[in-house]
Amino acid sequence: MKMTPLEFEKPIVELQDQLNELLKKSAGQNINVDKEAAAMQQKIEKLRSKTYKNLTSWQRVQIARHPARPYLLDYVEACFGEFIELHGDRHIGDDDAMPGGLATIGGRRVMLVGHQKGRDTKENLKRNFGCAHPEGYRKAMRLMRMAEKFGIPILSLIDTPGAYPGVQAEERNIAESIAFNLREMMTLRVPVVAVIIGEGGSGGALGIGVANRVLMLENAYYSVISPEGCAAILWKDRKFAPEAAEALRLTATDLKKFGIVDEVIAEPLDGAHKDLAVASDNLKSAILKHFCDLDGLTPDQIRAGRYAKFRKYGEFTEPTA
Amino acid sequence: MSFFKKLSLKGFGEKKKDMPEGQWQKCPACETMLHEIDLSENLRVCPKCGHHYPLDSEERINSLIDEGTWQPMDSHLRTANPLGFKAYKEKVEASAKKTGLNEAVTTGRGSMEGYPVSLGVMDFRFQGASMGSVVGEKLTRAIEAATAERRACIIVSASGGARMHEGILSLMQMAKTSGALAMHHEAGLPFISVLTHPTFGGTTASFATLGDIILAEPKCIIGFAGPVVIRETTHQKLPPGFQTAEFMMSHGLVDRIVKRHDLRGEIVQFLRYFMPAPTVIEGRAATVIA
Ligand SMILES: [Zn+2]
Repeated sequence: MKMTPLEFEKPIVELQDQLNELLKKSAGQNINVDKEAAAMQQKIEKLRSKTYKNLTSWQRVQIARHPARPYLLDYVEACFGEFIELHGDRHIGDDDAMPGGLATIGGRRVMLVGHQKGRDTKENLKRNFGCAHPEGYRKAMRLMRMAEKFGIPILSLIDTPGAYPGVQAEERNIAESIAFNLREMMTLRVPVVAVIIGEGGSGGALGIGVANRVLMLENAYYSVISPEGCAAILWKDRKFAPEAAEALRLTATDLKKFGIVDEVIAEPLDGAHKDLAVASDNLKSAILKHFCDLDGLTPDQIRAGRYAKFRKYGEFTEPTA
Repeated sequence: MSFFKKLSLKGFGEKKKDMPEGQWQKCPACETMLHEIDLSENLRVCPKCGHHYPLDSEERINSLIDEGTWQPMDSHLRTANPLGFKAYKEKVEASAKKTGLNEAVTTGRGSMEGYPVSLGVMDFRFQGASMGSVVGEKLTRAIEAATAERRACIIVSASGGARMHEGILSLMQMAKTSGALAMHHEAGLPFISVLTHPTFGGTTASFATLGDIILAEPKCIIGFAGPVVIRETTHQKLPPGFQTAEFMMSHGLVDRIVKRHDLRGEIVQFLRYFMPAPTVIEGRAATVIA
């Protein structure tokens, strides 16, 4: 796929283009440009490293939203054994923004649920840009209860700008479909591992995110509100989204510091979309490691551990009178 | 009458500054001129048309709880600034000063017709009653106390949603409160959720929609996403009465619409079905444990 560079990637791409030009020109002629090319290559590597090792929060948000970023089904293809998709919430419909089903990864059985975005207009019509309706959350809950019945651990891959803010979603009680999952996931007696692989958009992400372990890809973000939404309210202008992204502390490293995220999963230097093989290898080994950690626990311990994890969240002072 | 500022016909949006002399105001629903006393002596319901004005948490608690039984909980918790958000502390302090509350929810133990309850009441005057760490913690402790002491749980909501100044920690309060309700639910205890104007976002998408019984005040607006966001995102035409309590009831999201004056009676009626009958000892309630 031809990738349009992000704004901050343009200087690197320009250098790369110059290098390519140089090599092309020299190819037909008898001039040795090895030395010059090597110097340019070094310069590119230096700039790449400098850029990607110092990404701002807003730049990470852009990578998390990159149209070429691997989505749930890309990872399924890259690092899962099989995936038997199961459809429907048994009440009103099926939600293609929230696929789910039985899967194997590293020889383990899991119930996979998660968000799926589309890569082009046609796919996005089907996937609704990864914004699930109530039936998506209800399907996910149905599958999670099924997993519990058969003692199958649950894997949740989160990648959504948010739950869908639409008339039909409201009419079918999108709020309750999320709230119900928050309550019910807390009582599941099988291990749940959640990974934020791209966008962790607020309640729409948390609605399948009440897990024993919460992992996050290095360039994913997880936030109570989108940077644009926050900027619109607090800065009165969406163009302050970069400032809002910084203020919201929404990157994987920030969330690790808050204790929300148990592990940050490394991505290839310039983002998961530049090397799916590496990204999916890293994802797979992190998932397996955390399921392995949870292996010895009793159903009661699994449940209690999950509640204890979420019970402690919140920062306040409690002055003694 | 030219000194009266024009009030929004949409209602609910009134602010203190729109009340000339703080004494008279025009009812946003029926346009009757109402004196402050007409409202304060009538649970802030328009005596002419029944329009429900916002009610402070103190007045709400007084209207629900048996006299002399209210024991507030956790009013000493103080909001921190975990993200170091600019001007956040000042905003919270201003709200605290204005309302006399420590945060946007007041919680406590009390009884209703002798039935033991944990009650939480959100107060929209305090930062739009958005849910941050303190709101989530206070509610969670009240729910946990209800589970441990076999109390019914009652939460009266009014909230703009999650407190974005506390970032991810405010989002996590949704899971925390809902998780506490899971334990209360499993203990076979009743949770009655009362929705008042307006209840949105992270509050609706957590505890507020998890009631065994969900009651709503007439014409209050309840939803997940706000109407402006929905219109801007989807370009959909919003149906008439969209997100009103009446609309929500007709779509099966609310059990009953209850006028403020009837709320205590309604809740007690459910407690009679769900809870063992209380006995009254020395004017204080105690549950008979069969
Ligand atoms: Zn009126």
